[in-house]
Amino acid sequence: MTTGEALATTPIHEHVLDNGLKVLIKEVHTAPLASVWCWYRVGSSDEGPGTTGVSHWVEHMNFKGTINIPREQVKGIIEQHGGFWNGYTWLDQTTYVETAGRDTLDRMLFIESERMANCLYHPDDCESERTVIISELQGGENDPKQLLDEELTAVAFKAHPYRHPTIGWLDDLKTMTREDLYGHYRRFYVPNNATLVVVGDVDATTTLRTAERYFGPIPAGPTPRRTHTREPQQLGERRVTIVRDGTAAYLKLAYHAPALTDADFFPMLILDAVLTGAKGLNLWTSFRTPPPQRSSRLYKALVNRGLASSLEGSLLPTRDPFLYSLSLTAIEGVTLEALEEGALAELDVVRLGGVTAAECARARTQLRARLVFENDSVTNIGHQIGYFETVASWQVYDSLLSRIHAATDDQVLAVAARYLTADNRTVGWFEPTRVQGLAPGVVGR
Amino acid sequence: MIARFGLSPFRQVLDNGVVVIVKASHATPAVTINASLQAGAVFDPSAHMGLANFVARTMDRGTNTRTADDIAMALESRGASLDVRINRHVVSVDCTCLVGDFGDMLGLVADVLMNPAFSPEQVALRRSEIVTALRQEQDDPAAMASEGLLRLLYPGHPYAKHPHGTVESVEVMPESALRAFHEARFVPGSLSLVIVGDVEPELAVALAADAFSCWKVAPLQTQQLPPVTKSVGRQRLVLPMMNKSQADIAYGFVTILRSDPAYYAYLLMNNVLGQYSMGGRLGESIRERQGMAYYAFSALDANVVRGPLVVRAGVNPSNVDRAVTSIDEELTRMAAEGPTERELSESKRYLVGAMPRTLETNAGIARFLQTAEFFELGLDHDQRLPDLVEGVTREDVYEASRASLVPSAAAVVIAGPYEDRG
Repeated sequence: MTTGEALATTPIHEHVLDNGLKVLIKEVHTAPLASVWCWYRVGSSDEGPGTTGVSHWVEHMNFKGTINIPREQVKGIIEQHGGFWNGYTWLDQTTYVETAGRDTLDRMLFIESERMANCLYHPDDCESERTVIISELQGGENDPKQLLDEELTAVAFKAHPYRHPTIGWLDDLKTMTREDLYGHYRRFYVPNNATLVVVGDVDATTTLRTAERYFGPIPAGPTPRRTHTREPQQLGERRVTIVRDGTAAYLKLAYHAPALTDADFFPMLILDAVLTGAKGLNLWTSFRTPPPQRSSRLYKALVNRGLASSLEGSLLPTRDPFLYSLSLTAIEGVTLEALEEGALAELDVVRLGGVTAAECARARTQLRARLVFENDSVTNIGHQIGYFETVASWQVYDSLLSRIHAATDDQVLAVAARYLTADNRTVGWFEPTRVQGLAPGVVGR
Repeated sequence: MIARFGLSPFRQVLDNGVVVIVKASHATPAVTINASLQAGAVFDPSAHMGLANFVARTMDRGTNTRTADDIAMALESRGASLDVRINRHVVSVDCTCLVGDFGDMLGLVADVLMNPAFSPEQVALRRSEIVTALRQEQDDPAAMASEGLLRLLYPGHPYAKHPHGTVESVEVMPESALRAFHEARFVPGSLSLVIVGDVEPELAVALAADAFSCWKVAPLQTQQLPPVTKSVGRQRLVLPMMNKSQADIAYGFVTILRSDPAYYAYLLMNNVLGQYSMGGRLGESIRERQGMAYYAFSALDANVVRGPLVVRAGVNPSNVDRAVTSIDEELTRMAAEGPTERELSESKRYLVGAMPRTLETNAGIARFLQTAEFFELGLDHDQRLPDLVEGVTREDVYEASRASLVPSAAAVVIAGPYEDRG
């Protein structure tokens, strides 16, 4: 066997253009591909009442043509080169990606420069997209787990804007104007609030020159201020119960958790792996491979004992303290009381010092493996570099493994004791009011 | 440089009939093992709907020599993942591990495939999980619409049955049925083992031969699937789910076999109609122009059975009728005119140009090789695919559209907060 480290070992080249745009380039020559990611420090946490969801809607509008890319030329602009493009918005960031053959690099950089400076926001497109986004919201609400997540997050935070969903509240989506959208775009889409990442079969020097050609002329703007209310310490357990028609019962437990840059984050990451198996740290790709969770604490306590049919833990690397959440589906016939009691009993064992050195060692091994698995393509690597730069700094990405190994067993025990407390907890129930049979349906011609 | 010079995988058939296909890729210090057997849901006996899925969910939870906990610890102390899935034709076991653990993990995969224990305790746990999952699906308009469509398109055919069975069939599934299914369907001649990653082919084959050497040759029971007939009239099924916010539409037809010479014309037709860029013509109409849906697309599943072409869209209940009309209109236009030369050219460039991305990761290569093996497309399929796509003419796609896109013969299912006014 050989040791394939080709994707991991090349350096990241950092350069800041005169207008403040940070450019990060990593040469990876394993496939004739290039991936371009353009990141903006704006997400749903930068929104207030009346305009919740504006960052996500702006993201949609930034696929609708620019001054130099007419609307009718948008369709297929990357696909005709065999590539894909996409974007997403979340709590702390908005990002756009293109991955295609390396010969398409020039075009990808051109598209991102246009997106930064020249999007059109035609009123008709704004209106058409309003209903698309409402459809996206309503599609999500079809899933009871998503409904529960939305309600629970809003209860867990009373001050910080992490409390509202990234897609926004329905009423805001109905009333926001084209001016709200365009104003948000102009305020946050400036080079000094962005990071451009290029990973792939490229030459770093040539790539930087091309980036300067396209992005250099874009003037800097006032650096947007990101002022978030610090969430006050929670003083007691909170609860929310949704009672609706449904076919399964869901339990969600959420604890306020450390931000990425907090010293507690990596011990907490190990704790999560002990409790529910290691997920890795790549929001773009980690969910595609199921976590190794059958030897985890909560799986053994809840799934192996016939209380839950599925279990998911989530600790996300965020700019401000977010939530550590545990999502459980009750086995049919098991009450939410019994499931909650079982989960809290096991969490109490852990909180009171029940994590072993062997469990911590296994968690570190799992996390190391996930770092390998989640960095298997230029797209995934580009995501990680840009993600960590936007939330903290790209050097965090480069040092993930050492940070995981630097977190001691004692620190893991300490974060379990500090965070898994009743006062820090929000409990969510989705209680189905009736179990539906298969709808018979109405057949016709 | 995989895409430039072709995959050129190594393929060897072991003495007992196991097919081993290996592709070395040194991009990461990891290996993907994909084991696929012809043991999917179409092989469920009529008395035991959901049996194949039940077997798949239970087989990795203990063998004759390892407990479920032993298997969990063997995998998870190494950070490896193991995932067993079924579709209508095959069961596949996917294992991803670090290269240093490859030999041990291959041995574990072999043990799971050959010697599952189906202990009463594990069968009981998995039964409860499957029942819960089936209940969850009953509350999911997208799943309900998709399964409802197959019931309309394939009356009397195994495709019409839910691959995971029903709550009733799973609740009474006997352990003996699991063992009998495993004995009948899990034989070496049915196994295609694809290994991709940081390992040399000769070593991978030697390890595979060692892992599966004790598996005795046994005949694979053949099963003749009933013929599929295309509906001549329009069918419509409404599944009211009034507790939901959005309705899901599944609209489709029976099309062709994967082995049909017209397959690549259908592939391009589907790409133009409901894939290219953001959902092809359907996405352009329903999402971009009319703002009715977050998603609108089509998917083609030509298989060893004449597979379905399915159009899907999720819309507000007040837009259901308008969305169905828009689908009718786009299909009628495609059948009447075919694609434009420009559309065809762009879709060809997309499908050919996407190959390097498709084959960038170990998992992507493994999926591609497993598909090529299942449909007997050849070891050089990645090299021939560009010519197969390029060789399709506008007339070919036009003909495929005329033959398949007939709204008056479509099956349409609507699941969600919607009730037929008629």
